[in-house]
Amino acid sequence: MASYIGKRLLLLIPVLLGIALVVMIIIDITPGDPARMMLGAQATQEQVDALREELQLNDPLPVRYVRYMGNVLRGDFGTSLMSKRPVVKEMMTRFPYTVKLVTLGTLFSVLIGIPLGIFAATHQRTWKDNAAIFISLIAVSMPSFWFALLLIRFFGVHLRWLPISGVDTWKGWVMPCAAMALGLAAIIARQVRSDMLEVIRQDYITTARAKGLSEGKVIYRHALKNAMIPVIMVIGGIFGSSLGGSLITEVIYSIPGLGQYIMTGLNNRDYPVIQSGILIISAMFAVIILLVDVIFALVDPRIRLQYVRKGRRKESKDEEQKKVAAA
Amino acid sequence: MKNKKRSRLLEIWHQLKKNKLAVVALIVLVLLFLVAVAAPLLAPYLYSTQNAKLSNAGPSAEHLLGNDKLGRDILSRLIYGSRQSLSMGVAAVAIAATLGIALGAVSGYFGGWVDGLSMRLLDIYQAIPMFLLCVALAAIMGPSLTNAIIALGIGTVPGFARIMRASVLTVREKEFVEAARAINAGNGRIIMKHIVPNAIGPLIVQITMGVGSCILAGSALSFIGLGVQPPIPEWGALISDARSVMREHPTHALYPGICVMISVLACNLLGDGLRDALDPRLKN
Repeated sequence: MASYIGKRLLLLIPVLLGIALVVMIIIDITPGDPARMMLGAQATQEQVDALREELQLNDPLPVRYVRYMGNVLRGDFGTSLMSKRPVVKEMMTRFPYTVKLVTLGTLFSVLIGIPLGIFAATHQRTWKDNAAIFISLIAVSMPSFWFALLLIRFFGVHLRWLPISGVDTWKGWVMPCAAMALGLAAIIARQVRSDMLEVIRQDYITTARAKGLSEGKVIYRHALKNAMIPVIMVIGGIFGSSLGGSLITEVIYSIPGLGQYIMTGLNNRDYPVIQSGILIISAMFAVIILLVDVIFALVDPRIRLQYVRKGRRKESKDEEQKKVAAA
Repeated sequence: MKNKKRSRLLEIWHQLKKNKLAVVALIVLVLLFLVAVAAPLLAPYLYSTQNAKLSNAGPSAEHLLGNDKLGRDILSRLIYGSRQSLSMGVAAVAIAATLGIALGAVSGYFGGWVDGLSMRLLDIYQAIPMFLLCVALAAIMGPSLTNAIIALGIGTVPGFARIMRASVLTVREKEFVEAARAINAGNGRIIMKHIVPNAIGPLIVQITMGVGSCILAGSALSFIGLGVQPPIPEWGALISDARSVMREHPTHALYPGICVMISVLACNLLGDGLRDALDPRLKN
């Protein structure tokens, strides 16, 4: 197990090196001079050239890449061109907001999605099942930013129950989390339903029923436990990708999180912010996916045994299947 | 060969026909595309015609859904907006599917280091949260419809590539590929004529649903100002426009949101239906 985690952590290094390179190349090949952007249209060419020299923008890409990665390894993620403060420090102050938003949003979606999925599966081929499926389909198809605006209009403006922006009190978190949770809950519900339906047909469920267990025990003790594995994987993926998807929710509810920080960086062409912001969020994303895999292996003896006994081949095949499923 | 192909399509159609929701979804999508194509004929006014007297006016016989803050006819803007929103979804998926099919086919067919390298590249790609990548690409390239399409297209390649590769891996072991190799067909010919047409099945569902999710993501890009630029209407941009009058005129934001929802829902329902039609065993 330890060697598996170690190997996965080692594999993270080339991925993160790659992300930094990809982001740098994208910024490099697109037109627009950051020095010109900072100084504005009135600046003379001499001033722009001087700033380019100062920011070391004239060096070739490989030189800049090596220098950047060297700095990153020493914990220096660069300095924002706009605020002149270290990117890491600025991100640290915003980090708790995004983590809180994403965690609460995921929690909301789990609390709605799992019961809805179980409900649909236990009422298969009835109107209740159809209604649950249809509601979740509508929820996935709704633009979350639109739903967020409707929530503001109804609960903030019309009923005045909740503040329309800002997260100074717990009330402020309700709408952003609900807006994030909507589509995610629907994805979870669909996953739970299809996994439950698969598990319910297994022999051990028939056995459980045959020995006279109550329906509740069969569903929650036997079926749900076994159906949860793919669901946990989906939840992990949702949690990770919400780190990027929280951007719009943060903008709408004026939450000073990472997404808004990167958005401002993008609008100002603040390259150190863009580059390090994407790198750090992706690293967090990767670590979360890794954690989910480890939790899996710990929870499910079948998976644990695969890593202990079987060779590499089996492992990589499994992983590939997971990636296809995730895609 | 041709006959066989037609019968396979017919078979899928027969399966699909049994699913009423999927058929309704298909009809809705066809109607939406017709509206987009015939927008200048259907829309009662031009999307940019302003009338200061009618600023934020309610529905009337002349303006069925009312007017926005600049006095432009909301219905006409919704109709014209379908052009941008739908083309964003279709064009982005066209880019993503083309690149994904090419990458998946090549890496699945050749295997070895080609496969290893391209899969590691996809790992890097997928390590960046997809929406963040699209936003970053669109912002760096500069806000416009074309750039938003490119950003969405590039951002969603990995899904197509991985499914294509998985499908190619099963197809390349089939006898007809061996037969083609035995008559000395080149790799290019085998991939184009034998592998791709036979491996593309599982991608049909992904393409249908991809159009929906790209319409959704595209409207989000326009909402934050990175997609279609004013005064050209797009559903996400219309929602963004309506934000400032949300308090007094919530319906201005309601209509474009419903349009997005209906088109994405139709894509998802059709995708679900196609998945069942292609492989009835999967149906629960």
